[in-house]
Amino acid sequence: MKKKRFFDCITIGVSSGGLNALMILFKDLPVDFSVPIVVVQHAKADSGDILAGLLNSKTELRVKTAEEKEELKAGFVYICPANYHLLIEENKTVSLSVEPLVNFARPSIDVLFETASLAYGSHLIGIVLTGASSDGAKGLAQIKNYGGYTIIQDPKTAYSSYMPDAAISACDNPDEILPLEDISARLVDLCRERSS
Amino acid sequence: MNHTKRETNVDNENIEVNLLIEAIRLKYGYDFSGYSRASLKRRIKKRLLDSGSLSISGMINNLLYEKDFFDQLLLDLSINVTEMFRDPLFFKEIRDKVIPELAKLSSVKIWHAGCSTGEEVYSMAIILKEAGIYDKCQIFATDFNQVVLEKAKQGVLSIVNLKQYTQNYQKSGGTGSFTDWYTAKYDLVKLKTTLRKNIMFADHNLATDGVFSEMDLVMCRNVLIYFDRPLQNRVFRLFTDSLTQDGFLTIGSKESIHFSGIADEYDQFSQTQKIFRKI
Ligand SMILES: C[S@@+](CC[C@H](N)C(=O)[O-])C[C@H]1O[C@@H](n2cnc3c(N)ncnc32)[C@H](O)[C@@H]1O
Repeated sequence: MKKKRFFDCITIGVSSGGLNALMILFKDLPVDFSVPIVVVQHAKADSGDILAGLLNSKTELRVKTAEEKEELKAGFVYICPANYHLLIEENKTVSLSVEPLVNFARPSIDVLFETASLAYGSHLIGIVLTGASSDGAKGLAQIKNYGGYTIIQDPKTAYSSYMPDAAISACDNPDEILPLEDISARLVDLCRERSS
Repeated sequence: MNHTKRETNVDNENIEVNLLIEAIRLKYGYDFSGYSRASLKRRIKKRLLDSGSLSISGMINNLLYEKDFFDQLLLDLSINVTEMFRDPLFFKEIRDKVIPELAKLSSVKIWHAGCSTGEEVYSMAIILKEAGIYDKCQIFATDFNQVVLEKAKQGVLSIVNLKQYTQNYQKSGGTGSFTDWYTAKYDLVKLKTTLRKNIMFADHNLATDGVFSEMDLVMCRNVLIYFDRPLQNRVFRLFTDSLTQDGFLTIGSKESIHFSGIADEYDQFSQTQKIFRKI
């Protein structure tokens, strides 16, 4: 019998077109969704931390800007603050860092994905959404490599298809390529297997 | 044991990282055991890639026998990214709220801990000059990395950042023009040497060294995020013991004193910025 998979964390990388994409994605996630979600959205260094506030009113989940050393908990969406990298420690807490730009970005999606894959291994879901950057491609490949589950937004449905395309070519056999609208239902399914 | 390949890799890698950290401590006295692991590991792996060593444990051999190798590693491990007037609104708050308090004192001592290549301390020096209180200030700027300290002493900026620094200066409430404070030649920007007069640069390791006495302001920004809670607590204790009563402690915008055990020795001085005043 195939062993049941369960997931402890979802990491999402998104760039241009991100606010809309995230609103659509989170709209249908239920309040009792059992897995913490961590988001890197590329943003200008001085953009302030407004994204969490904007998203909070659009979803039943609690959306907040991630803080250093914070422990990741179910029911929360953590947004990486502008101008910091977000790293996940093996003890499932958040670290922030001002180290140099990675792929011209801080925060960088690769930094989130690579550290998350070390922390969660096969219990991690990585998602790459719309964006005009190749950030996240390498990180998603590592998630896959370490046994995690990989989802890429179907480039045809993306505001900017560059980032999904880059992820598809970097990631050997991603688990799923889905239209944006279908991703949340799929996440509910994948994460329900946890409780059953 | 029934471990997957990834678990074995991750476990072994952690052992190698621990050994490397211990080797650095035994050989050179720098203690990285209290640093956040994820970032430390990324930095070590970056050095691994750039150095051509075969493994993290292989690097132990290099660093024991080649001082240059260690110096380079130290540079990688101490993340030195900084800016003039980083977080301009923080510096605006310093100008508007803290400077008037410091102006009341007959002499002022300021400590920048983890000053990196000096941009933060020169920003402060400009503010003190513009407020007309520079001459009564003694400024200590410390870091545990000699390479960046040497750079800091030069007071030279790269011209590619000038536009952003000028904007930062303006947003921070600069009362003159940023050009008042440097001379530009070719692609180098040299800060005025008058800014440097009362600054003392010194080697100091927050993880292992002791207090500075009777400080009126301690500024330590974007250093504590790299420390675990016990090391943060040590450093917060150090700062608290270094400050005079009514002295100011300022930390980075994503850093927090809530869990530190010293929180109730301070009043929150600013509603918007991480500026605290010792009770
Ligand atoms: C990211 S920089 C911050 C520079 C500046 N304070 C700012 O906010 O722009 C961090 C600095 O802390 C220094 N640092 C790290 N660990 C240290 C320690 N144990 N003792 C003293 N300095 C340390 C590093 O060498 C680096 O220059």
